Amino acid sequence: MEYEVVIGMEIHVEIDTKSKVFCGCKNEFHAPANSHVCPVCLGMPGALPVMNREMVNKSVAVGLALNCEISRWSKMDRKNYFYPDQSKNYQISQFDLPLCHDGSCEFEVNGEINKIGITRAHLEEDTARNDHTQGIGESGIDFNRCGVSLLEIVTEPDLRSAEQTYAFLNHLKQTLLYLGVSDCNMEEGSLRAEPNISVRPVGQKEFGIKSEVKNVASFSGVQKAIEYEFKRQVKALKKGETLIQETRGWDADQGITVPQRTKESAHDYRYFPEPDLIPIAVDEAWEQEIRESLPELPLARKHRTTEQYSLSDYDAGVLTASREMADYFEACVAAGAPAKLATNWITGDLQALISDAKADITNIKITPEQLAAMIGLIEDGTISGKIAKDILPDMFESGKEPKVIVEENGLVQISDLSELEGIIREILTQHPGPVEDFRSGKMQAKGFLVGQSMKATKGKANPKVVNQILDQLLNEE
Amino acid sequence: MSKITTEDVEYVAGLAQLILDDDSKERLVHEMGDILNYMDALNELDTEDIEPMMHVLDLANVYREDEVKKSLSKEDVFKNAPKSEGDYFLVPRILDNTES
Amino acid sequence: MSQEIIQKTAHELHDDLRSGATTATALAEAQLAHIDGHDDKVKAYLETWNDEALAQAAAIDDALSKGNDPGLLAGIPIGLKDNLVTTTGTTGCSSQILKGFESPYTATAVQKLYDAGGVMMGKLNMDEFAMGSSTENSSMQKTANPWNLNCVPGGSSGGSAASVAANEAVISIGSDTGGSIRQPAAFCGCVGLKPTYGRVSRYGLIAFASSLDQIGPLTKDVEDSAWALNVLSGKDPHDATSADLPVPDYREALGKDINDITIGLPKEYFTDSLGDDMRQKIETAVDVLKAQGAKVVEVELPHTNHGIAVYYILATAEASANLARFDGVRYGFRHPDAKDVKEMYTMTKSEGFGPEVQRRIMLGTYVLSSGYYDAYYKKAQKVRALIRRDFDQAFEKCDIIATPTTPASAFEFGAKSQDPLEMYLNDIYTTTANLAGVPAISLPCGLTEQQLPAGLQLIGKPFAEADLFRVSHAYEQNRGFDMGHAPIA
Ligand SMILES: [Zn+2]
Repeated sequence: MEYEVVIGMEIHVEIDTKSKVFCGCKNEFHAPANSHVCPVCLGMPGALPVMNREMVNKSVAVGLALNCEISRWSKMDRKNYFYPDQSKNYQISQFDLPLCHDGSCEFEVNGEINKIGITRAHLEEDTARNDHTQGIGESGIDFNRCGVSLLEIVTEPDLRSAEQTYAFLNHLKQTLLYLGVSDCNMEEGSLRAEPNISVRPVGQKEFGIKSEVKNVASFSGVQKAIEYEFKRQVKALKKGETLIQETRGWDADQGITVPQRTKESAHDYRYFPEPDLIPIAVDEAWEQEIRESLPELPLARKHRTTEQYSLSDYDAGVLTASREMADYFEACVAAGAPAKLATNWITGDLQALISDAKADITNIKITPEQLAAMIGLIEDGTISGKIAKDILPDMFESGKEPKVIVEENGLVQISDLSELEGIIREILTQHPGPVEDFRSGKMQAKGFLVGQSMKATKGKANPKVVNQILDQLLNEE
Repeated sequence: MSKITTEDVEYVAGLAQLILDDDSKERLVHEMGDILNYMDALNELDTEDIEPMMHVLDLANVYREDEVKKSLSKEDVFKNAPKSEGDYFLVPRILDNTES
Repeated sequence: MSQEIIQKTAHELHDDLRSGATTATALAEAQLAHIDGHDDKVKAYLETWNDEALAQAAAIDDALSKGNDPGLLAGIPIGLKDNLVTTTGTTGCSSQILKGFESPYTATAVQKLYDAGGVMMGKLNMDEFAMGSSTENSSMQKTANPWNLNCVPGGSSGGSAASVAANEAVISIGSDTGGSIRQPAAFCGCVGLKPTYGRVSRYGLIAFASSLDQIGPLTKDVEDSAWALNVLSGKDPHDATSADLPVPDYREALGKDINDITIGLPKEYFTDSLGDDMRQKIETAVDVLKAQGAKVVEVELPHTNHGIAVYYILATAEASANLARFDGVRYGFRHPDAKDVKEMYTMTKSEGFGPEVQRRIMLGTYVLSSGYYDAYYKKAQKVRALIRRDFDQAFEKCDIIATPTTPASAFEFGAKSQDPLEMYLNDIYTTTANLAGVPAISLPCGLTEQQLPAGLQLIGKPFAEADLFRVSHAYEQNRGFDMGHAPIA
């Protein structure tokens, strides 16, 4: 029997608010343990949560980007469970009235548009970190992360392969980065993706028994966990075993999943409406205001970039991988650079410099206008492409105008006919052999003479003009 | 016949993280049973078309602005802690099945 | 002289302090000395803040001598229920699980009292986590009723009521979830106000049932109650459920006539379960209001009988979550023998919480647990809506609803603690105001045959505390008798 895998995702995104979701403590990853805590996020007696408005704004933005309906009336609930990753022993979350629901998301897999249903996106608070290195038999707790703004996105079980899931997750991350709502730093846990995986015989409508995989630290980990679970579940079914719905942990070192928390009462969370918080009512006007502030999203921008600048699908994809690079590109073109040349320089030499410097396109010294100016210097013959490649690192280092660098180093291309003619006549005199060869029909001898001319001018000679003069002189006699 | 059983009481005690001795369980079976029986009087009311009331205040959209406020000093953070070391609160080891 | 001074009300002392008839320091010293001399019998205070109180009083005297106005309650000795967090002293909710807790912050309501110049005397006993109607559930001590030391002071703000009745505080602050200010005020013969839900910030009030809890004053007379509410009220950015409505000067409501007022008497409150003695006290009180020009009509509050069930479902459910945080991790008691986290939770809670608290956590956990939510919690929320509707409809016919505060006066220690359900039923007249979120006040309306105070409850429209004070004041000024002082006062 052939089996197919069915995958749905639960994605936790730390929303990039300056303060936590219910208190004024700073939302900062790199800080000494328990330095960003207050009565509210420490769950001190008598302390009360108050919702961060920016959390609602940014969550609605995500919801709209995922084509969700935004609830006109939404509320927070308490999810009760005892574990030392909570200060109150309940997590403030949303149960039956999530802020965003019933959306969908289109993404590309190998150039094909795929679509996934978004069940819901709801607001909650992040948990504390447990540190098990605090000595024998004890665990340390750091509440800095406790109460950080967290959005949980739940998808429909619409994914059918590990590869497709990987593509979706990358697209989602790209979208969140475009929206500017999260830094999506997976090492720091700003983005956590947990797959729900089941298998079923091909052609069967009913879903199989799913397992929920936790502790996956990267998208490639998700991909591997799906591949592993598919094999494990199919093997079990083929042996006639019955699968149970369970939570499993991903062991990245061994590349396997292992069962976690199987107690029967594990999911009696006793949700009830959070009496300390007031309902969230996003009306049409508020929704519209957020909708209007949304940036152009990745797929649309890629499509427009292809059309507007007559670029290949591949080029447009690379340029719009991040909103910042796409902005850089468009600024460069707006400053006069031809689109294709700008693309080549940005995705080629400039990108290499950025990668080597472990920098970011948003904080490099070379401006899009300077890059356009450099391309302009090539275009008008002031410098050769070769010289341009040489000065780009200088521009990257110093932030100087390309023209200034060219002038300071005397790199202006020699295009003057009489000057070049003099130099070339000299070379012809020095190398009678190749001249003779050429005249007797050995065309490749011309290449040698061009090279000698470029050498003599330290690369500054305009290759086009050199060719012209050579043709003229060699045919003279 | 009480409205709830010893097993119910044990299940709920597990959720609430309470340890009950046999006498307490027995007592709670009856006390909770009595109270729940009394509460069942609500069933005589037809509430089909009634919206559940979560808040007596007719309010929506109460927010704080996204501003960073001062957190507690280290002294205030740990002054009531039963056990702490360095920057951490310490608890006895966390076993995987702790979450109830 | 010192006996006389501590018997005075806040508004009287306000004038004395400004006329130079007394000083804040003299007042604080007299108050502390009176507590010292009486509290071994009453046991209202869990701790007193002698040094801090005297330092505060000295600062008030200094300000007054310079001609500055140190605030409406400047120099007034105030006692605080042990569930209001303060950076001064400890806050323990009369529970072993929180005993000795030193809060890093002060409750908004208490801060407002400080800002108004109030001199804080210390922390007052209560039922553990405000769960109870007699203060017998305190894990710390038994507080007695100053009118009869064999009787309970009521609860859960028993220490607050007893301290005012025994003149151990001029004003005390309590909290009311299902009657916890009004019932002890009635038992101890003082004025107890539960404001409209949202009128006073709950920030720093250790939560029992968040959707019902409200802080309010217990005072010697109605005027002090109005003064206190002036100070306590207002929107707090730290409490999303505090109302963003203007705070009128409640003092202006006092002394005005009540010719335009209609008093509603809900027939559901005047049934056979109400003793003749108590019934007669209430009827007499209503006659006083009638004589002052108020119209009296009968109204209906048809869901009154369901109030207790709704209340105990919602309150215990919320409490089961609110009390989850007492786990021995960040503050409070942790059982020393716990070997892992699971044991830390179970051993800490089982030893740290008293029997009534554990019972309510069990009940609240049960009604929220899988399969029972709709039958109990959701059903209770729906009936809560009906109860609120009852009040809205009744208030179309009247401005103020008058009822007894309790079915009977204070009972003796141990009389009701055997049967929890019977104890719960004692709250029958008070819980509905919390469920509906409306303001209610309990006023002394004479002594019963047992020489114990009886309480008249007046319930107002949401945020109509001014009307409540106007009618209350009219009653108090014209009731035609003096309550006198408790034997221990
Ligand atoms: Zn905080």
